[in-house]
Amino acid sequence: MFEDFIYVLGKYDTWLWRGFLLTIELLVISVTLGTLLAIPLAVARVSKKVWIQALPFAFIYVFRGTPLIGQLFMMYYGVGQLIANIDGIQDHWTWTYLRDPYWYCLLTFVLNTAAYVAEIMRGGIQNVPNGELEAARACGMSPWITYRRIIFPRMWQMIWPAYTNDVIFTLKATSLASTVTMMELTGAARKIVARTALPYEAFISAGVIYLIIVYSLTFGFKGIERYLRRSEQRNEPKTGRAKAATSA
Amino acid sequence: MLDLYGRGWQMLEGGLVTVQLCLTVLPFMIVIGLLGASAKLSRYRTLRVIGESYTVLIRGIPELLVILLIYFGGTIAVQSLAEAISGKETRVDIPAFWSGVAALALVQGAFASEVFRAAMQSIPIGQIEAATACGMTPMQIFMRIKLPQLWRFALPGLNNLFQVLIKDTALISVVGVEEIMRKAAIGAGTEKAPFTFYLVAMLMFLSFTTVSLLVFNYLEKRAARGVARA
Repeated sequence: MFEDFIYVLGKYDTWLWRGFLLTIELLVISVTLGTLLAIPLAVARVSKKVWIQALPFAFIYVFRGTPLIGQLFMMYYGVGQLIANIDGIQDHWTWTYLRDPYWYCLLTFVLNTAAYVAEIMRGGIQNVPNGELEAARACGMSPWITYRRIIFPRMWQMIWPAYTNDVIFTLKATSLASTVTMMELTGAARKIVARTALPYEAFISAGVIYLIIVYSLTFGFKGIERYLRRSEQRNEPKTGRAKAATSA
Repeated sequence: MLDLYGRGWQMLEGGLVTVQLCLTVLPFMIVIGLLGASAKLSRYRTLRVIGESYTVLIRGIPELLVILLIYFGGTIAVQSLAEAISGKETRVDIPAFWSGVAALALVQGAFASEVFRAAMQSIPIGQIEAATACGMTPMQIFMRIKLPQLWRFALPGLNNLFQVLIKDTALISVVGVEEIMRKAAIGAGTEKAPFTFYLVAMLMFLSFTTVSLLVFNYLEKRAARGVARA
């Protein structure tokens, strides 16, 4: 049993390592761009005007209500084919990029992450205490400054645990890239299984690597959470237990 | 408008399989969730450790990997077990449907155990003490006091989980179960019309998640009917 593990890890370590790097790459780009896109979506979503919030609402509803694998296939096979049908596109210099599954994966993951993050941001924005908004207005802050100085810092503080979960969700979602022939961690494991017929060894090795990523992420994000909540800690230094209960 | 090349029935069949998958996983998910939550809140350290490590492991591994592991690994495991019992070479095939159900139940059960744990902890301790004082056994307390209230506290969480479950069934298409995604892939391949077929598949999923949302909202209202609103 263990010989097989050593065999897989020894012979295919480069595949797993490259898979690991690609997984991290997909995760970092999707989360970064997804979060940036989520901010305007969330702001528009909380608007009081129906015609402003309708579009982000529909976007979020569709992306949260359908499976990611479907979105990916729709993008890669569906949109990919529509693009391939354009006259002369296959001779154009952009074609090398337009047929590469990498870009379709990234686009799908970015949009999907944006939808999920925008939804939690909406909750965060709506839960900013009204008194703080009134105070900001009383101080003469413009809506833009209110967002920058009051709403966003408050929002991040509130949504951070949910945001952490979402990043982990995106990490797990990157495994779907293997279904469109990408060689990230799951793809590498699948290829090893196809080569060696040792499913336990390959999949469990990949699983352990995922666990390591997840728990490093959780650890790092916990640290940032403490930083975001630093002001609360300074105000009530000796009520550790009670505070832990309210912040959970 | 949407030309499915006479494959509309096949998509509907796929929809039926997706519904079957969801409804088959649901009871397993609830039972595993209740067992997991009870283990986590148990008096015994061993049970707590088992319960916690189960969620910790499952939470960190992609669903797709669990499905692949159970589909490819499960066959080997069951086969060697059957060979050990019968003593001769046997060939066992686990149907993809059931290995998919097992994988999803395992994954969703872990999340359900978190939902139920939180729900169990929201039951006021005074009620448990009162029940103990009345001489109820732990089993009676569970059936008469905890379970009826658990339902109300756990519904919002279960609502969320069921949405995730509906979407996760699409992953089982990877091991060849002919649910919506697989049927769409077949149609997309043979008719050379991926955009149309995947669009229909997405609309079907969207309608399923919408129906589930409406049903759960109704159940949440119903479960809260005896509770004074703040």
